[in-house]
Amino acid sequence: MLNQSQLDAIDHAIETHLIAAGIDHVIYMEMSGNTIAKHDNGKALLDSTAFAALAAGNFAAVDAMAKLVGESEFSLLFHKGENLSIHFSKVSKDTLLVSMFNKNISLGIVRLKVAETIKEIIRVLGDPDIP
Amino acid sequence: MALINVKTKEVQIKIVYYGPGRGGKTTNLEYINRIYREQIKTEMVSLKTQDDRTLFFDFLPFDVGQIKGFDVAIQLYTVPGQVKYNATRRLVLRGVDGIVFVADVQQSQRKKNIESLNQLYENLETYKLDLFNIPLVMQYNKIDLKKSDIPTLSSQMLQKDLNSLLKVPAFEASALNGGNVIPTLKKIISITLASIQEHLF
Ligand SMILES: Nc1nc2c(ncn2[C@@H]2O[C@H](COP(=O)(O)OP(=O)(O)O)[C@@H](O)[C@H]2O)c(=O)[nH]1
Ligand SMILES: [Mg+2]
Repeated sequence: MLNQSQLDAIDHAIETHLIAAGIDHVIYMEMSGNTIAKHDNGKALLDSTAFAALAAGNFAAVDAMAKLVGESEFSLLFHKGENLSIHFSKVSKDTLLVSMFNKNISLGIVRLKVAETIKEIIRVLGDPDIP
Repeated sequence: MALINVKTKEVQIKIVYYGPGRGGKTTNLEYINRIYREQIKTEMVSLKTQDDRTLFFDFLPFDVGQIKGFDVAIQLYTVPGQVKYNATRRLVLRGVDGIVFVADVQQSQRKKNIESLNQLYENLETYKLDLFNIPLVMQYNKIDLKKSDIPTLSSQMLQKDLNSLLKVPAFEASALNGGNVIPTLKKIISITLASIQEHLF
């Protein structure tokens, strides 16, 4: 179970790297579908509970497909829409970071910001006494 | 494992309705969705085939209020029952906290009930979970068929087939008209909460 300072640090990482960069919604979740942290820019509404359940199912299905074709994993998944795109990235064995962003941000920026965030979260997960 | 968030004071619990295809798992969730409409903030999500059979899962979240200062959110899932979908069944079980096993009381389904329970045992093993240790409730569904010409299994027989070793709470139910759907749900919630209670403080 994550403690208060770990959760604070995860929230901080998501806010400063992703939300500040203009990403609309971010969900950090368990593969089971449970949500650990969720953030948004306050503009767009999202049913994050149902979204997380579907995201977990989606990622799990793609993960199982990877195994069928002999890949250990597809650690990254990306769905492109006309106005909104969704980026999925595995953080740890059991957790997933999902970012939704609009067409004003490039995928390159998103990937960069997500990578920074993941690095930060992994550090937090490994250290319960994070400041 | 239930997700306990000490910061937002939230507990998220995953309960899976498992059992042979066409046993009534989806019907249970549909009934719960109707009865608890006010506590359910979102639409029920059903990933189904064109002929209305569960393809991946049904999903229904709802809040049960506060326990020890934590907001408790229950997430109900069903699995696809068809034999060929075991890979997806296993995916849905990831992180499960409690299980309702929905058996079909039709005599013709006897073998399928047993096979499904055996497969549940194996699927849980892949997550290092033990069917004998996880919160579990049995539901013998379609009890209304006893009044019809369709041959059904007696509850003693079902208990012997499915519950003689597990010895978990069991309910006769008729999900189609709601019979014992809510008592089944309340039972699984209460034993699942009891099992995570120790982690709450
Ligand atoms: N007679 C009777 N039929 C039921 C009952 N519950 C479900 N059914 C029917 O059984 C079929 C399969 O139900 P469904 O919920 O889709 O099963 P699932 O595959 O386990 O999700 C449907 O036609 C339901 O209407 C019940 O209590 N009594
Ligand atoms: Mg179904």
